[in-house]
Amino acid sequence: MTYRVHVRVMPRAGLLDPQGQAVEHALVSLGFDGAGQVRIGRAIELELDAPGPDAATARAREMCERLLANPVTEDFELEVEGH
Amino acid sequence: MHRVAVLRFPGSNCDEDTLRAAARVGADPFYVWHRDTDLRGADVVLIPGGFSYGDYLRSGAIARFSPVMGAVQRHAAAGGPVLGICNGFQILCEAHLLPGALMRNERLSFVSRPVEVAIENVRTPFTTAFEPGARLRLPIAHGEGRYVAEPATIDMLEAEGRVVMRYARAEDANPNGSMHDIAGIANAAGNVVGIMPHPERAAEPILGTEDGAGFFASMAAWSGSPINSGAGS
Repeated sequence: MTYRVHVRVMPRAGLLDPQGQAVEHALVSLGFDGAGQVRIGRAIELELDAPGPDAATARAREMCERLLANPVTEDFELEVEGH
Repeated sequence: MHRVAVLRFPGSNCDEDTLRAAARVGADPFYVWHRDTDLRGADVVLIPGGFSYGDYLRSGAIARFSPVMGAVQRHAAAGGPVLGICNGFQILCEAHLLPGALMRNERLSFVSRPVEVAIENVRTPFTTAFEPGARLRLPIAHGEGRYVAEPATIDMLEAEGRVVMRYARAEDANPNGSMHDIAGIANAAGNVVGIMPHPERAAEPILGTEDGAGFFASMAAWSGSPINSGAGS
């Protein structure tokens, strides 16, 4: 079975996110009053062959821990979707 | 004479400068391609600056899985000296040979200019030529040099004297927002060192300063048990 994996990687809360701050300033200067707490992360999508949804999730989690996210500075969320 | 491996990844761009700086102090330097699995009897490994794999995903994240890094892990575990410069420092952090990570500069811009740094740990294979507290002027050139780590890790680095180099000028001290003004650190054993500034760009008179030459002179003078008893020295 092929699964579609959606990974969302975000800078860990509490760590300075200068990209988020710069975009926040740009939004406010464009007149989007009330925009705040902007943070910028990364979305990764991939297809994964696995015997079942639990196996697919476990495999995707290992990918995140080993490569897709840096455990020192980032947190990740996973969504695994069957075709 | 030390045999010195200078690693080359797709996107390395300080490899020639680093090789030249090592040759100038009388070492026997040679390139090792990232797909090689053997360091060819190297006593010392230098990981030069650049943009390995285009900095895709995160700086150093993909280089870390290059075939050569297995050999670097074994070399480091056996106590062999390893110096990562700029992108090399980022690779060593991604490879978990050094703690923490290097993130986007606080003010976002790529910073390329000389900075003043102080050498704090003179016991590593790359810093014995310096006096403790020595002030140097070295070039930096990076977009992702903001050193971050868990507070407990920072406390440990400070308590164990593992901050090798710190940004030191009184005003405008910290060019990238690094925690504790950290410009370079060592692992617990002291044989693996990562630094953001580029000593190889400040290693001979024609470059305007020789402030960085001490890193290579230290390496050449290092006699701490070479891991390759057969080769070199």
